Amino acid sequence: MDWRKKDYLPREEIEALQLRRLRDTVERVYHLVPFYRKKFDELGLKPAHIKSLSDLKELPFTVKQDLRDHYPFGLFAVPLSQIVRIHSSSGTTGKPTVVGYTENDMRVWTEVMCRTFKMAEVGPGDVVHNAYGYGLFTGGLGFHYGAEAVGAAVVPSSVGFTKRQLMLLKDFGATILCCTPSYALHLAEVAQEEGFDPQKDFLLRAGFFGAEPASEGLRKAVAEAWGLKYFEAYGLSEIIGPGVAASCPEGELHIFEDHFLPEIIDPETGQPLPEGEEGELVFTTLTKQGLPLIRYRTKDIASLYKAPCKCGRTIIRMGRVVGRSDDMLIVSGVNVFPSQVEHVLTQVEGLTPNYVIVVDKRGVLDVLEVWVEVDERVFTGDIGALENLKRKLEEELANALFLRARVKLVEPKTLERSMGKAKRVVDRRELKDIS
Amino acid sequence: MRAKYAIKQLSIFLENRKGRLKEVTQVLAEAKVNIRALALAESAEFGILRLVVDNPEKARSVLSASGFTVKEQDVFAVEVPDQPGGFYQVVRLLTEADINIDYTYAFVGGRDSAILIFKVPDEYFEKALEVVAQGGVKLVEPIFFYGS
Repeated sequence: MDWRKKDYLPREEIEALQLRRLRDTVERVYHLVPFYRKKFDELGLKPAHIKSLSDLKELPFTVKQDLRDHYPFGLFAVPLSQIVRIHSSSGTTGKPTVVGYTENDMRVWTEVMCRTFKMAEVGPGDVVHNAYGYGLFTGGLGFHYGAEAVGAAVVPSSVGFTKRQLMLLKDFGATILCCTPSYALHLAEVAQEEGFDPQKDFLLRAGFFGAEPASEGLRKAVAEAWGLKYFEAYGLSEIIGPGVAASCPEGELHIFEDHFLPEIIDPETGQPLPEGEEGELVFTTLTKQGLPLIRYRTKDIASLYKAPCKCGRTIIRMGRVVGRSDDMLIVSGVNVFPSQVEHVLTQVEGLTPNYVIVVDKRGVLDVLEVWVEVDERVFTGDIGALENLKRKLEEELANALFLRARVKLVEPKTLERSMGKAKRVVDRRELKDIS
Repeated sequence: MRAKYAIKQLSIFLENRKGRLKEVTQVLAEAKVNIRALALAESAEFGILRLVVDNPEKARSVLSASGFTVKEQDVFAVEVPDQPGGFYQVVRLLTEADINIDYTYAFVGGRDSAILIFKVPDEYFEKALEVVAQGGVKLVEPIFFYGS
């Protein structure tokens, strides 16, 4: 089937396709993944019990910890010889979350990215400037393959070197920008500082922004600063990477539900919630071969809507992600769990310190600070030792988080004093959000 | 020699925050602790206040009770003539003995002498005392600081 038509299928057809694929996926994981076999057996469940989409609720959940517990390839449903790509995210206690793709998974990924780019009619003649990080993170390569497949010219600029990025954006006549929303705004600000008029001196007409939550204010600011149309890209590496959902010209976020079957559940009880209600977003992959996941809990809080969209698409829509049901932070597009920070701190010379994670904004960009109390177990009276400690912690944090964090050494009780009660995370970004 | 000449120095960790130095000194003043010598080391974000006081035990306990991070370390003090070359002769003796000086601070001791305080790595403490004494430099006993 031509992928261009998939967003417009009648609902009955979508659901018939979903059921067929769901049954196939359930059959495969039952026979190929011991982890699921065991879970099914514990529940007395056989693949044949899944007769309709409403039977989905009988299936067991999968959580991020399950991926870690089976590090690195334990949940793969194919032998490594069939895997053609491996991505990974940073790990909480040293063990990252690893995802693997077969050749067919790569085709699916490319297809959903094509459908994402199709939202802005991206094609031959477009220059796609891709400032998502290339590497283990799925963002860079996910967008890259999609942009190539729709026939655009891709500039794989990756992250950093903002002034060079501006030069490339301008000189190569980029029409499409792909990056985190906060970086898009940062780019515009630096362009202005460099004496450019972002609206007149650049050719950007649309952008695909994701990997971090963006308020209405931030979206508007990005769109206005560049004079471009704002498209949202939603995804997570466990499900495929970017390309799980994308916003249409009407601004509605459509899930490519022929590949990723969504549900909303009550995060406390695990019970499915009716359409339109806010709860935790859960996905079951329908076509993935390398790492098929059953009812994967994203911890993102959102809602679902089945009514056809004004844009004509019939595939299901999700509301904006309004929060998380866990303590995960998203800093400059990178997922950070407080437990990762704690793990690093406790690894360094038996340090069991009091600490607070402070996420703030410098300009429009996120900054991560870790405030560590210097108590008498750490303090030798030597200034060099403290500076070494700070440097070492910063190094270890960068290794563990894939993100630079600034360590600030503070006096005992400072944290309580300045933060109120014993709070591990202080997110100051919301207060400063552009509105 | 260590037992005879080691002086208890207190190092206090301070954030670079307005009013913090005032708070330390206030705690000491209220406890009637007299500061006999001091030095302040700083980095971009924090500082270490080093004090020799007349009553180190009391100072330490009131500071700890007030939430300060305090570390006690041994330093030694010498008295040299308050004239050119006074500091040099001590530094020369230590350097020639291959002893690294962590830091040092000084104050004018009396009419014509100066008191120098030295912090050396702990494993060289004893040796430093010997070298200095053998070089004819006068070591200062703790009673000079502690007595009132």
